[in-house]
Amino acid sequence: MTSLRVEDVGNNWLPTKVSLELAAGECVVISGPSGVGKSLLLRAIADLDIHQGDVHLGDNLCADISATDWRKQVGLLAADSAWWGEQVAEHMPKIPIEDLEALGFGKEVMKWSVDRLSTGEKQRLAILRLLANKPSMLLLDEPTANLDPDSVKKVETLLLDYCRNKPAGLIWVSHDTAQAERIADRRYHFDKNGLSEVKA
Amino acid sequence: MNMVSLSTLDLSIAALLVVALAILGLKLQLGVTRQLIIAAIRTTVQLLLIGYILKFLFDNVHLGYMATISIIMLLFAGREVMARQTHPYKGLWGFGMGTISMFLSTFMVTLVALTVIINNDPWYTPQYAIPLLGMMLGNTMTGIALGLERLTQAAREQRKQIEARLMLGHSGQQAIMNIRRQSMRYGMIPIINSMAAAGLVSLPGLMTGQILAGSPPIEAVKYQILIMFLIAAGTGFGTVIAVVLGSRRLFDERERLRLDRLRK
Repeated sequence: MTSLRVEDVGNNWLPTKVSLELAAGECVVISGPSGVGKSLLLRAIADLDIHQGDVHLGDNLCADISATDWRKQVGLLAADSAWWGEQVAEHMPKIPIEDLEALGFGKEVMKWSVDRLSTGEKQRLAILRLLANKPSMLLLDEPTANLDPDSVKKVETLLLDYCRNKPAGLIWVSHDTAQAERIADRRYHFDKNGLSEVKA
Repeated sequence: MNMVSLSTLDLSIAALLVVALAILGLKLQLGVTRQLIIAAIRTTVQLLLIGYILKFLFDNVHLGYMATISIIMLLFAGREVMARQTHPYKGLWGFGMGTISMFLSTFMVTLVALTVIINNDPWYTPQYAIPLLGMMLGNTMTGIALGLERLTQAAREQRKQIEARLMLGHSGQQAIMNIRRQSMRYGMIPIINSMAAAGLVSLPGLMTGQILAGSPPIEAVKYQILIMFLIAAGTGFGTVIAVVLGSRRLFDERERLRLDRLRK
């Protein structure tokens, strides 16, 4: 079983150095005031920003494997998804129909033009796009912030199933306390003093 | 047929036209009179200066002199490419990228033209080499500047799209592929357009000059076609090289988009 080990990761934009460990099959929720650097922490773990400190995935040190392989393994879902092509299909390989249906889409969605998508549809499709890489760690930056209650439930179920079945580790940034209580195995608070565990 | 030599009086008459324009500008309060006069003086001084340099080079044909003047021209063109960027690359790269690309493309193409096509003795005869290199540099400079400008602007505007691809495990070059292609095209469009319009809309400067100097039109046309082809090749290859170098510089060894390598 692979685990993710974040050791003293920091850079100019993060308030403190951060350490965190999580196992495959585990869901960790991070909350905290906006602007403190939760997104930046996820970006540093995905090696998208320059940082000090080490991140290990299982026995592999981030710096020892190629950046592209690292990001396929440690998948980051940005708070707002970006699309570069015209059609949905240009952005991802074939998605199994049961995954599409799990988030409320049919197979025709692949032919849709990106311009036509609502924010919520984009967000749900971005999740499927990321899962298609079969990452062993998921860094989720407020994945349900733009969704209606019904979609929130669907996304939670899909992601937690993926977490348990693959198994994969989830770091889930959320402002929603009720959601945190539903999904979290462990909860953390992140503010200018750093990351601290929230005891239930 | 000999060309009509211009006397100082001839030029003075033309200068009077500029003075008349300046006076009209004053009356209409256009606010360009000062600039107009300065520009006219600059044109006179700069061209006379280059005229004397060319005269010296023509009288003293030597590979060393030619190499020196070529390098000076190249460095000026490199500086100009950087000056035309809204967000040039920081450090030596800003100057180096355009300069290296221009060196590789224009110098190679000009060398081929001089040694294989024109094949004068010696091949670096300044009457051919300097105007040829000048035109190559001037046009390639435009192409490279346009290509790099497009590349850096689009990378800044489409940062989210590029990073979305990086997050999915695409390499930097994959992530910027569309922009890279577009930027290369951008740099090549002006020369494609001017080849297509040559003779119909505009009479290119080199040809006009040769005809004024008394060359038979067909000879002038052949030279113009040669120059057009050389410029197209030089601009095209130069733009491709510059955009490849530029797009690599936008990512680091961990495939991160590094917009901080551009000036604000």
